[in-house]
Amino acid sequence: MEKFNILEGIAAPMPLINIDTDMLIPKQFLKTIKRTGLGENLFFEMRYDQNGNEIKDFILNKDHYSKASIIVGGANFGCGSSREHAPWALKDFGIKCIISTSFADIFFNNCFKNGILPIIVSEDLHQILLQDAEMETTSIMKIYLENQKIVRNNGDQLDFEVDEFKKYCLLNGLDDIGLTLKSADKISIFEKEYSDKFSWS
Amino acid sequence: MKVMAKSRTLYDKIWDNHLIQSENDTSLIYIDRHLVHEVTSPQAFEGLREAGRKVRAPNKTIAVPDHNVATTSDRLTNFGSEEGRIQLETLDKNARDFGIHYYAVDDIRQGIVHIIGPEQGWTLPGMTIVCGDSHTATHGAFGALAHGIGTSEVEHVLATQTLIQQKSKNMKVEVSGELGNGVTAKDITLTIIGKTGTAGGTGHVIEYCGNAIESLSMEGRMTVCNMAIEGGARAGLIAPDQKTLDYVKGRPHSPKGEKWDKAVKFWKTLFSDPDAYFDKEIFLKAEDIAPVVTWGTSPEDVLPITDFVPSPDNFKGSKVEAAKRSLEYMGLRPGQKLQDIEVDAVFIGSCTNGRIEDLREVEKIVKGKKVKSGIRAMVVPGSGLVKKQAEEEGIANSLKEAGFDWRMPGCSMCLAMNPDQLLPEERCAATSNRNFEGRQGRGGRTHLMSPAMAAAAAITGRLTDVRDI
Repeated sequence: MEKFNILEGIAAPMPLINIDTDMLIPKQFLKTIKRTGLGENLFFEMRYDQNGNEIKDFILNKDHYSKASIIVGGANFGCGSSREHAPWALKDFGIKCIISTSFADIFFNNCFKNGILPIIVSEDLHQILLQDAEMETTSIMKIYLENQKIVRNNGDQLDFEVDEFKKYCLLNGLDDIGLTLKSADKISIFEKEYSDKFSWS
Repeated sequence: MKVMAKSRTLYDKIWDNHLIQSENDTSLIYIDRHLVHEVTSPQAFEGLREAGRKVRAPNKTIAVPDHNVATTSDRLTNFGSEEGRIQLETLDKNARDFGIHYYAVDDIRQGIVHIIGPEQGWTLPGMTIVCGDSHTATHGAFGALAHGIGTSEVEHVLATQTLIQQKSKNMKVEVSGELGNGVTAKDITLTIIGKTGTAGGTGHVIEYCGNAIESLSMEGRMTVCNMAIEGGARAGLIAPDQKTLDYVKGRPHSPKGEKWDKAVKFWKTLFSDPDAYFDKEIFLKAEDIAPVVTWGTSPEDVLPITDFVPSPDNFKGSKVEAAKRSLEYMGLRPGQKLQDIEVDAVFIGSCTNGRIEDLREVEKIVKGKKVKSGIRAMVVPGSGLVKKQAEEEGIANSLKEAGFDWRMPGCSMCLAMNPDQLLPEERCAATSNRNFEGRQGRGGRTHLMSPAMAAAAAITGRLTDVRDI
């Protein structure tokens, strides 16, 4: 996994609440057996009309925001299915960070596994960042993962929280499986005791 | 004075039993059952191959194709799309290469992964069960900790039989009292989501309890737990009782003989201690629950069928804009009577409501009646065995005579990955679990409801109060 530390980029405002995984990547694109190539279909039904033409009003179709690497999104972002195709599509498009007041649990986890940083902020901070994102001139933000800071275009620094283990994995681009397999002996011992106790399992 | 052992919830107990190690907030838990389907697994198996890894516990790993399979009788040769064919063949190859349990498309036991887990006895109380599908919560009906995971986690479980987790908070949803006429498990679960919102359970595991929940059959309990995820909770749980044991006993993979006795003894310890702490508690009276439908594009947009389409002004904050957008998408206007809304299609099936009991409910409503002319009505049994049983009980015949299209098992029009899709602006009464924009086909309009309510809509051609039929 790619390491994540400092990100400077354009933030696109998407204040709609309950942006779900079907919006992020509709089912017709789940037939792939690869992780890549989904970016062009991110937000497919919002982004393209029935004839496949770009819908000009959609935020990520606007020239400036088409280069966004951050989304400031509405509450309960990523609700719906467990499809990791959603973060794959975001990543492929170039989104590396999503800021919202809340995320759906499975989507939240899936982001970290793909080098995307989801940040939870308070309602107040969310409003400020949404307003920043809405103006092209103030839409460029910096994210410092190590110091856990969002730096606004005007230089203001805002703190955010992140789980220590998830931060460590992102900063170092670590593969979870490799880490877990370091505990392979412990797993084997547990498994033995467990299957003795719960012989039917 | 020292306190005795801490009181624990059912979730706490299952968690503790599976905890391998814990550091700060990050824990490694052991997984008893890993269910796999064709859509969220190919990349995980590819990852294993690239790293030269094996499946750690093939005997605890069960694969079945369901999302993408066609539901027509020629589905062994007609896949609906080339990509779909490749995905199905990839699962077939992965299952065989890695030596895991597998129910192929032509196996009578094939079906929706969350239907066949319990049906085959893979799902047992007290277990941890994961699957790359958010509706894994279904298995919580047996008092198992079951939840959806992403593909990276699928790969992690395949390789290690463990999952890195942070413990969730405990939430209790108690439904007490007696359910009214025409009110089903689906109405309970939708009403709960309507009350708590789609983020109400975020970060929590929900335990459903109360005598209204206890009164439900296992099928009904599965319907309730299935939609825990629509309420934001990764998992929903119901403590096992005699009904659970009766359902599980004698299934192909449930324990037998001495093992059964030992298991039952343990399963009887699976309940929340009377004074266990819940971070959040919700109480509902069964008498207050009516047959409901959704009007919008979020599963929280729930109203009793006797109600009217709301105005965006009824809401606060960012929900105002969301409601406006929903009404426009759904082609509805505020103040419209819900029972005046005409439908074009009816979909009965899915992991929420594709079990035998659901089909029996449908039969009760439609037997001797006809689907209204012009309405496309489809029934997709949840598994080959559900289909067979419904055929043996005469349900299939009643439904076919009424004008329903009787299909082969799969996820079908719940997520419309296969050719079963709505057309733009086509309106559907659906027994599935999500009414998101485009969920059942681009531009398609979904109203969620119980099987009995969907059956009633098929007869009248509009959203209908099942109590009037």
